[in-house]
Amino acid sequence: MIALSDYLIVSAILFGLGIAGIFINRKNVIILLMCIELLLLSVSTNFVAFSRFSNDLMGQVFVFFILTVAAAEAAIGLAILIVLFRKKKTIDVEKMDLLKG
Amino acid sequence: MIKQSIFYFFSFLAISSGSMVIISRNSVRALLFLVVTFVSTAGLWMLLESEFLSITLILVYVGAVMVLFLFVVMMLDVELAVIQEGFTRYLPVGLCAAVLIVVGLVYTVGPRNFGSERIPIPLPHPANFSHVEALGVVLYTRFLYPFELAGVLLLSAIVSAISLASRDRRENKALDPNQQIKVCKEDRLRLVNIGKNNL
Amino acid sequence: MPDFVVTCLIVFLPLLAALISGLFGSVIGRRNAHVLTNLAVGISCLLSIFIMKRLFLDEQPAFNFKLYTWGQSGELSFQIGFLIDRLSALMMLVVTFVSWMVHLYTIGYMHEDPGYQRFFSYISLFTFGMLMLVMSNNFLQLFFGWEMVGLMSYLLIGFWFQKESAIFANLKAFIVNRVGDFGFVLGIAGVLYYFGTLDYIPVFSKIKPIALNEGTSHAITLICLFLFLGAMGKSAQVPLHVWLPDSMEGPTPISALIHAATMVTAGIFMLARLSPLFECSDFVLNIILIVGTMTCFLMGLVGVVQNDIKRIIAYSTLSQLGYMMTAMGVSAYPIGLFHLTTHAFFKALLFLCAGSVILSLHHEQDIWQMGNLKKRLPITYFTMLIGSLALVGFPLFSGFYSKDLIIEAVKLSHLPAASFAYWVVLGNVFITALYTFRLFFVVFHTKERMSRAKFKHIHESPIIILIPLVLLALLSLVSGVGLVGLIFQDFFREAIVIHPQHVSFATLQEEFQGVFAMTTKGFTSLTFGLSLSGILIAWLCYVKEPQFAHFFQKRLSLFYHILKNKFGFDDFNQWLFASGTRSIGWLCWQLGDRWLIDDIGVNGTARMVYRLSKLLRRIQTGYLYHYAFIMILGFLFLLAWFMLTD
Repeated sequence: MIALSDYLIVSAILFGLGIAGIFINRKNVIILLMCIELLLLSVSTNFVAFSRFSNDLMGQVFVFFILTVAAAEAAIGLAILIVLFRKKKTIDVEKMDLLKG
Repeated sequence: MIKQSIFYFFSFLAISSGSMVIISRNSVRALLFLVVTFVSTAGLWMLLESEFLSITLILVYVGAVMVLFLFVVMMLDVELAVIQEGFTRYLPVGLCAAVLIVVGLVYTVGPRNFGSERIPIPLPHPANFSHVEALGVVLYTRFLYPFELAGVLLLSAIVSAISLASRDRRENKALDPNQQIKVCKEDRLRLVNIGKNNL
Repeated sequence: MPDFVVTCLIVFLPLLAALISGLFGSVIGRRNAHVLTNLAVGISCLLSIFIMKRLFLDEQPAFNFKLYTWGQSGELSFQIGFLIDRLSALMMLVVTFVSWMVHLYTIGYMHEDPGYQRFFSYISLFTFGMLMLVMSNNFLQLFFGWEMVGLMSYLLIGFWFQKESAIFANLKAFIVNRVGDFGFVLGIAGVLYYFGTLDYIPVFSKIKPIALNEGTSHAITLICLFLFLGAMGKSAQVPLHVWLPDSMEGPTPISALIHAATMVTAGIFMLARLSPLFECSDFVLNIILIVGTMTCFLMGLVGVVQNDIKRIIAYSTLSQLGYMMTAMGVSAYPIGLFHLTTHAFFKALLFLCAGSVILSLHHEQDIWQMGNLKKRLPITYFTMLIGSLALVGFPLFSGFYSKDLIIEAVKLSHLPAASFAYWVVLGNVFITALYTFRLFFVVFHTKERMSRAKFKHIHESPIIILIPLVLLALLSLVSGVGLVGLIFQDFFREAIVIHPQHVSFATLQEEFQGVFAMTTKGFTSLTFGLSLSGILIAWLCYVKEPQFAHFFQKRLSLFYHILKNKFGFDDFNQWLFASGTRSIGWLCWQLGDRWLIDDIGVNGTARMVYRLSKLLRRIQTGYLYHYAFIMILGFLFLLAWFMLTD
């Protein structure tokens, strides 16, 4: 049968993929946002798996809220991206260095 | 047996499409692979007997958020050729870090600590178990307040998204107060002496 | 009137007059200022005579009383107290009398000066300080008086403070004095440490046990050495003598008061007062003898080549102070004090006469611009003659008795340096005569060196100036014959202690056969011959054949040059201490302040911050993925931590 650790491993790998994506992606801000969604997804999977195996519904309620927040954040992130694109005319991450000290 | 194969199928799908997300050069393709990742994860959640959440994942996430992403990708007029140059330069380092993380995580959450001996596999729910109902009972009584707050959160997200992205209407002749107070006399007025004789 | 009231009046009347004159000078006006101060000092003088009568004629024993305790520190109490014994009575008389003469003189001398009231206030305040010094009954009050007179000397030398040379001189005096005071304070601290008290009488009673005790026998020598250092500064012994010639920048009345009669004798007085201490240390007495003799001789030599009338007399003062110190060295304290008294009179007289000459010539001080003043300034001439004869030790005049006794005392002493010292002080008799009469002849006798018209304009000084001159001349005549007998009749009683192994004074006391015998013997003595030859040489070189002087100057040009440079003391001090200190200051400024503190400390810190922040700036790349990467690394680290510590 499928043990908890199997689900956790899957979500761990997805998490790692998301992290790698943030780092190796240098050219596209949208890919960045997508990798963030990946991270959130893996965490949600984790929550659901734990909630199922401990027979506690709290985990799944939390996932519910994660979904909400992720949606809101994706919307705002994209709005910012649009404004940024209007200003800089590019979505190259390497060009976004306005905060350079 | 069947369950396991389903599990492996869905997890394999999720992982491979996840890798394709980060490898793709084309952002639209990456998006579509992300959709596949979401769907396969929804399948995984179905296996965990949280049907409501898996359907919600597909409806809300894929249906709304991913579509939004697609909208934005299509809207931004980006040169495709420029994208994904210099990809391999940072690959080793990032990959290293990611691999390290994954290895660490897997070691932590692996069978040693969370295997079936430690945490027993629960029995499946009885046939009349309704996940929707269970979730609803909890959500509308204990978590009513956070539920309403989530609604307000979404409202604020809407408002901020709109105010960020909307362009000013060109016919609007309202003044910007910041510009207004920066004005000084020397900018607006220039006195010229044209001499007494010329009058 | 009870004695302690008289004592307080003597001390505090000049103080009162000084305060009123100084603080309200412009309110009370010039006349009132000089009347007030003269009255105060005059009354003090008369009361001092009264005290002397009480002590000598009425055979009153010495009295010691405490006026006021001004401080308490643990077991130690600091008081204002007065010890009136024969020593302090004599000093009081000398101080108040000379001060009174100078006060009278100043009415005429400073007549046109804008700082009239200020001057009177200063000299009265000085008198107060000097009286506190001689009348004190404890070390701390002695030191108070010491510092007070030092301060007044500073203020008076720099009286004409717009003159740069005056400021230079008064700073020099104060600073050199300070060097001596440093030793003095150490000496007082030593007394406090070893004796546990600062009052004279208890200290003197504890000397014997401390001197005999093995562990502390060196203490007395050390204390005496430090105290002598103080005396060297105040009484201008070599090498701390450099301030006295420069102090001639002050007005002549104060040269007479401070730098001839009273302040410079404070050191001599202190040695006499502390004779019980000094007698215990032959080592220090020997040093005093050597220092005194050196001062005596070297300063006399420098006096021969000076051209300013006041400088010659200043070097003469230095030389005579050397004589007094020499007397102290051979433990002939009464004789040293005797010379102090006679010297006070004739040296003040000489200075005041010089002042009279300077005034008549409208502030001309170069002797080579004077000449033949005998015709125009008869009274000044006469009194100056008396003073000069007293200075060279002509028998009958006061200086003869005191100086001759000193030379005899040195001859009789058993101290190791005494034999050398004897020849030196003997030789100095010749030199003293030489420079004194060089001055006298050039100023009063030879042909005048100024224009005929100017010469005709010269007239004698006003009478208020001449009165002190006459009075002091009188005293220069009689004080010798009057006091010499008394000196040998246990004049100072218990105030002065002389140990039996220092035989000089005792031997002289035995050999003394009365004034008349001493005077007649004087006319046939070696010293008389020496002084006569000195006068003769001076007459020869400056009156008869002036080219002799030029001849000597050319042939002994190196020697002349050394003397003109005052043996290089001033140059040495300027080079080592003045420029040396300035160089250290410059070094501190460049290295310490500019380089270390400004460059490295202040600016360096700012630069470091700038450079560091420039370095740290690179962390702020602005790129998201860098930030994310750092977060990942942190997460990795946390993960590893949890993994490995479980």
